[in-house]
Amino acid sequence: MSKAKEYSTVTSIAGPLLMVEHTAGIKYDEIAEIILKNGEVRHGRVLEINQDKALIQLFEGSMGLNLADSRVRFLGKSLELGVSLDMLGRIFNGLGHPIDKGPDIIPESKLDINGLSINPCARDYPNEFIQTGISAIDGMTTLVRGQKLPIFSAAGLPHNELAAQIARQAKVLGQEEQFAVVFGAMGITFEEADYFITDFKKTGAIERAVLFMNLADDPAIERIATPRMALTCAEYLAFEKGMHVLVILTDMTNYCEALRQISAARKEIPGRRGYPGYMYTDLATIYERAGRIIGQKGSITQFPILTMPEDDKTHPIPDLTGYITEGQVILSRELHRRSIYPPIDILPSLSRLKEKGIGENKTRGDHGSVTSQIFSSYARGKEVKELAVILGEAALTETDKIYARFSDDLEATFISQKEDDERSIADTLDLCWKLLLLFPRNELKRIKDADIEKYYLKGQQFEDK
Amino acid sequence: MNGGKIVKVSGPLVIASDLTEVKMYDVVKVGLPQLIGEVIGLDGNTAFIQVYEETSGVGPEEPVISTGEPLSVELGPGLIGGIYDGIQRPLTVIQQMSGNWIARGIDIPKLDRKKKWTFKAKVSKGDQVVTGDIIGTVQETELVEQKIMVPPGLAGEVTMIKSGDFSVEEVVCQLKQDGQSADIKMAQRWPVRKMRPVKEKLPPVEPLVTGQRVIDTFFPVAKGGTACIPGPFGSGKTVVQHQLAKWADAQIIVYVGCGERGNEMTDVLMEFPQLKDPRSGEPLIKRTVLIANTSNMPVSAREASVYTGITIAEYFRDMGYTVALMADSTSRWAEALREMSGRLEEMPGEEGYPAYLSMRLAEFYERAGKVKCACSEDREGSLSVVGAVSPPGGDLSDPVVQSTLRVVKVFWSLDDKLAYMRHFPAINWLSSYSLYLDNISDYLGKRISPDFLALRREAIKLLQDEASLEEIVRLVGVESLSPNDRLTLATAKSLREDFLHQMAFDPEDTYTSLQKQHLLLKLIMHFHHLAKAAVSRKLNLDEILKYKVREKIAKAKYIPENNLKIFNELLNEIENVFKAV
Ligand SMILES: Nc1ncnc2c1ncn2[C@@H]1O[C@H](COP(=O)(O)OP(=O)(O)OP(=O)(O)O)[C@@H](O)[C@H]1O
Ligand SMILES: [Mg+2]
Repeated sequence: MSKAKEYSTVTSIAGPLLMVEHTAGIKYDEIAEIILKNGEVRHGRVLEINQDKALIQLFEGSMGLNLADSRVRFLGKSLELGVSLDMLGRIFNGLGHPIDKGPDIIPESKLDINGLSINPCARDYPNEFIQTGISAIDGMTTLVRGQKLPIFSAAGLPHNELAAQIARQAKVLGQEEQFAVVFGAMGITFEEADYFITDFKKTGAIERAVLFMNLADDPAIERIATPRMALTCAEYLAFEKGMHVLVILTDMTNYCEALRQISAARKEIPGRRGYPGYMYTDLATIYERAGRIIGQKGSITQFPILTMPEDDKTHPIPDLTGYITEGQVILSRELHRRSIYPPIDILPSLSRLKEKGIGENKTRGDHGSVTSQIFSSYARGKEVKELAVILGEAALTETDKIYARFSDDLEATFISQKEDDERSIADTLDLCWKLLLLFPRNELKRIKDADIEKYYLKGQQFEDK
Repeated sequence: MNGGKIVKVSGPLVIASDLTEVKMYDVVKVGLPQLIGEVIGLDGNTAFIQVYEETSGVGPEEPVISTGEPLSVELGPGLIGGIYDGIQRPLTVIQQMSGNWIARGIDIPKLDRKKKWTFKAKVSKGDQVVTGDIIGTVQETELVEQKIMVPPGLAGEVTMIKSGDFSVEEVVCQLKQDGQSADIKMAQRWPVRKMRPVKEKLPPVEPLVTGQRVIDTFFPVAKGGTACIPGPFGSGKTVVQHQLAKWADAQIIVYVGCGERGNEMTDVLMEFPQLKDPRSGEPLIKRTVLIANTSNMPVSAREASVYTGITIAEYFRDMGYTVALMADSTSRWAEALREMSGRLEEMPGEEGYPAYLSMRLAEFYERAGKVKCACSEDREGSLSVVGAVSPPGGDLSDPVVQSTLRVVKVFWSLDDKLAYMRHFPAINWLSSYSLYLDNISDYLGKRISPDFLALRREAIKLLQDEASLEEIVRLVGVESLSPNDRLTLATAKSLREDFLHQMAFDPEDTYTSLQKQHLLLKLIMHFHHLAKAAVSRKLNLDEILKYKVREKIAKAKYIPENNLKIFNELLNEIENVFKAV
């Protein structure tokens, strides 16, 4: 579109919304600059255009704006991010402007941050196993390249440590390839952000990282743009530069809250707990920007982190996320209290792409059946332990007691590991067998005879009861 | 054609004025990029339009043009094996035009215009035909012979018919009626929101065999029936739907991915050409039509996708085929309705859904059924519909679940607790139900075995008893139970683990024929009966439960379909074990 249109006909400001009237030729979703009396420039986007009235969402908030002196300039384009390989190693704010005192980026091209949908025909099914070195993930909720796997956490749980450990250790076995980390922070504290930056610096990952930072004291509405900035950058690196990109987005709960704030300001009919009815669709336009494309070298693997309000998995934020992503890693306050790190609750955690990433030639032939057995035995073990709380240990049968012991051992030796402990997938699976040794053979219905013969640790035998 | 102009743009809703003569549900081209939209409301000079593509960059004063036609699908050779978006644009063609990402404003023919199909005429000059009569056939894939039918509304005397290789746009037949003549091409059009005509609806009497034991044996759906599968995220809706698409004994499968994940459609696209239909040995893709409107594709096209899918399904039903449609997930469609309704500022009903939600759902499921096809011969077809529902927080009081339950006859209730234990399919055997048992009992009794339903009833009873016994165990411990009750617990466990539990990803376990399902159930129940008799003869239950034959029962689900005689050997073995003591 041609020359920028400028208006000083602002008629109302309410919360993060601003109305300009007597406009002409304004388009839905185009970007506007709001120029304050003191020359400061803020950014906004057209949310609705009704005849000559344009409703604008203000990214940096309305503090200090007034009706008389504010001028609005429409730029005739959607919000864009200028991308270039020089972005690697750099830090930007939530709207994509450098904040690390480095030079401006000379963009190779400018990309609309909303992106386009990947054609389902063009997608390649993610099936390359990523070893994170963390048993609870590699064994039970196996991650594959191109997956979107969120961490459902809660206030005070070590999700940052876990995400940083994954970023440090993640590798595809037998491959040395170009990788990059794109980090999108939405409303997290300086300390949390600093934890990641320090960790990235320590490991040298910072050289291959691009950071978009919207911190707790930055404008809340800016957060609407931040994950899209991060993903636009990731798409450029993955699908134009052939890199394997790991995207960490934290904290999606703050993003959703910004969404709710705009919805409330627009007086929309609220959905569950006040979040807008279109939140599913909105989140999908973020989470679906992960994956692989046929014939392309690069990939985007997404690790969104969210904190569940009141530890509640059915809260709309985790709920809608779970409906979109390809599984979830759920952290448990109970395990955390018992000092188990990482406090991953493996039963409700899930990787939907696990089946495609495991087995012969990928991890090991016994992976599927062994871990299926662990799930079922652990579930039973937890039941038994609840029973023991009510009725006392004495009421348990001999078999029940084995289950109780098994679940204790599993938590202590398998789930629990150190922050710098990197286990190979073979170690993880051997650990599974070792734990299953507690049981008589007939309790292990999910395991096939052939696997026992092939993978069973030599010299060890099931108790024959 | 007549033009109006845009007044307002708010996401997928565009309001236009001066669209004279436009009708409800007409398709319009919106704005400079000519985005495809549909009129969903009219008020005086104002038209409310839902746009099937992203509206960014569109604004007031831009033109809107009506096509004068309602949203329609094209029905003819070329449908099978295809993947379309919610308004039947072929995604493979879009990929050729715009690459890996879906661009906007692409207007392309729904069916391939160039491809030549070999048409074999089945009527002759001078024959009298009516709507739905088959005038010829096209062998579209090894599995599907498309019947070219007289389109709805036409009838008369055949004045011209020719066999040979034609494209879908060429005239292959002409009819004359009342002095008027009409051309028939291989492709016809039909508005998606209108049910295709049938002669008569019939009660469904045959099971749709899915190869999933908990479904076929416990909660079967009939050919021409309806089922819903609600459950929280990750509980197994999509896997069940994929299993049905793979193994259900239907001749045509229409799979609608409505507002779900892109990778799930890719999975089908990559897997179905490899998987073989257990009956014909041909790749499954050769009987499948895919509609993909994933969660990141425009919301309003999501709403259209279920209608596009069901209209295509009805078309194959009209040919006399057994058709099954899976819609994953109907909640996303309902949410699309809610979003548009909200933008239209309609009075919201429950949870913000429009008041007409249940009506829309009922209308949709009503399009399923076993029917006498509209035609002069005696042709029957069936269309079964299975819808996934994704209630917030897995809460079944959700309006979409409740409205769906009022119309469908089968309820497969997914349970997250079962999913956490990796008991799959996580269909809860206590709360699920099927209302087709009476309809299909004859069929099961005659085709499978007279004792099938009795065994089923007994098995369900055991599982119900297990639930109440577990309550007792929780209160006072397992020691307090009688041997009989403990046997009940043991058999119920065996039913759960050895019969109901079925791994979709295991090559042998993924599909079980009805015959094998019956034998497997019989095996478990046979052991139970003999054990019960033994217990009443005061034999020690703990000893009985240690019999080696129980391990064989546990593995019986892996007995190959082509070696079912092993079951008889096992049944004998069970007899002998108990005789020996
Ligand atoms: N029959 C089955 N056999 C083996 N695994 C299963 C089966 N059913 C479900 N699963 C497991 O459960 C996971 C989740 O299932 P699925 O994707 O079908 O859930 P869903 O209910 O569709 O969730 P959503 O609502 O989020 O789409 C699968 O990825 C698979 O690992
Ligand atoms: Mg699903």
